[in-house]
Amino acid sequence: MTGRVWLFGDDIDTDMLAPGLYMRGGMDELIKHCLEAADPEFAKNVRPGDVVVGGRNFGIGSSREQAAQALVMLGVSAVLAVSFAGIFYRNALNLGLMALVCPEAKSIRQGQALTVEPENSRAIDPTTNASFACEPLPPHLIAMVRAGGLLAHLEQRLKASRT
Amino acid sequence: MNRPQTLTQKIVARAAGRAHVDVGEVVTCNIDLAMMHDSGGPRRLQPMLKRLGASIWDPSKVVVVSDHYVPAVDAESASILKLTREFVRDHKIERFHDMQGICHVVLPENGHLRPGMFVVGGDSHSPTGGAFGCFMFGVGATEMCGAVVTGEIWLKTPGTILLNWRGKLGPMVSAKDMMLALCKRLGMGGAEYQVVQYAGDAISGLPMFERMTLCNMAAELGAQVGLIAPDAVTEYFLAERGVTNIDTARWQGDAGAEYLRVEEFDASDLAPQVAAPHSPANSGPAAEQRGVAIHQAYIGACTGAKINDLRMAASVLRGKRVAPNVRLLVAPATARATAEAAADGTLAALAEAGAILMPSGCGACAGYGAGVLAEDEVCIASTARNFKGRMGASSSKVYLGSPYTVAAAAVAGMIVDPREVAS
Repeated sequence: MTGRVWLFGDDIDTDMLAPGLYMRGGMDELIKHCLEAADPEFAKNVRPGDVVVGGRNFGIGSSREQAAQALVMLGVSAVLAVSFAGIFYRNALNLGLMALVCPEAKSIRQGQALTVEPENSRAIDPTTNASFACEPLPPHLIAMVRAGGLLAHLEQRLKASRT
Repeated sequence: MNRPQTLTQKIVARAAGRAHVDVGEVVTCNIDLAMMHDSGGPRRLQPMLKRLGASIWDPSKVVVVSDHYVPAVDAESASILKLTREFVRDHKIERFHDMQGICHVVLPENGHLRPGMFVVGGDSHSPTGGAFGCFMFGVGATEMCGAVVTGEIWLKTPGTILLNWRGKLGPMVSAKDMMLALCKRLGMGGAEYQVVQYAGDAISGLPMFERMTLCNMAAELGAQVGLIAPDAVTEYFLAERGVTNIDTARWQGDAGAEYLRVEEFDASDLAPQVAAPHSPANSGPAAEQRGVAIHQAYIGACTGAKINDLRMAASVLRGKRVAPNVRLLVAPATARATAEAAADGTLAALAEAGAILMPSGCGACAGYGAGVLAEDEVCIASTARNFKGRMGASSSKVYLGSPYTVAAAAVAGMIVDPREVAS
């Protein structure tokens, strides 16, 4: 997967990703406000396939999985961060959003193209071939993300147990 | 095979059906209790369960609490609450607390927690339950769906960071001040999804509601779980709420257990703390923020509106008045806290000082309920988080403090060290 990079700093919280003011309504409204406190242009201009890159502690705060779901619905193909808050990280994978711990994320630049290769535990700048190492994600979790997340996985598991 | 284990390892091992687990080991655990609320619970789970054609593995192990959209303010929130009621009826969930208060406080108040339990909660402040010696952590709705369909959840066994507090808190200094100081010292996310366990004579001397504040804000440290080993104080609190026969001796860390690290703190020299916008880690002595004018003071949320929090606020407000042009909003965490506060004169003290009483629920803390802020307004709150835009308009500013500090600011019209107002 290759996309443009949207670069954010440390401690991007769930209130920025999914503001509480808009949590009562539907996702269609909520996603318009995704990350607006950090970058008002993001929700308007993000394109399917784009990659969100963050610093330390990405997704700190609430357990609301709309934080990850908003990124999925906006077409974000992957999130790379120096580190993730625990609940957000689990939510992202459960919702089929590729989330990779990338200690070198701070070397990635806003707007650059980035190809994310979870199987190879890295992301690559297709222009310069510069490589950014990521921590490996276990193959079964990569498979779960690729299948669309935990629900798809559960569907398979329940189907298997019923036959 | 009697390698010493931390309390965390013991609970996880028991839930995984094992005698021993190693830190870092990935295990599948059986869930003793799953707690969900109206926001992340039924309204999110219902379509998923339908898609899966699945039902809840054991309704007797599920607790549902309506606390986010209460009371309904419009058709959308009303329909969320209605759906929640229909969901518990359809799934035969008997432990349902509708508008009785905030889940993290409702849970122990109703005797749903006991030491050694392995609990998942559909909310990030779920570590609050760790005050009772439970391994309790927050999950999102999809993960909760998996949990209640299968009755189990995978876990990478976390290590434990031991925070030893010695000494005794001074007057008008509370657990909230300890947490704001810890947020600065460890940093937001500094606990890296491990367990933080509080110990030492300063902790033994704290009542349960203060211990809950410590474990509640383990979330702000980025911990998966906040934990305090049960003792006689735990046992007494639970017995009063109908929970008996708890095995306090069993749910202790072994001598010689390995901790990720041990940090030492002295409660005696801690001053009242205030966290400036927009992070709980942006904290320091309240005196350093002296003079910041406020529009609103808010005593609320799971973190800061339990009965003892209301009493702290009342102790500052008794015989005083809220400053002109400042509004003091008080949303007791639970209906039971309101009843207790009514019985002992706390509510009267708050009302006579000019406080505005609000419904029990998550309210303004997360920007869901009444009491949100306009552009550029400044609030000081006894809540856990002051992220940008969380309590309303994105240019609003929220400072965090203890109930003493919030009440003192309401009286002074600006942030002060609460000891100043009291003297």
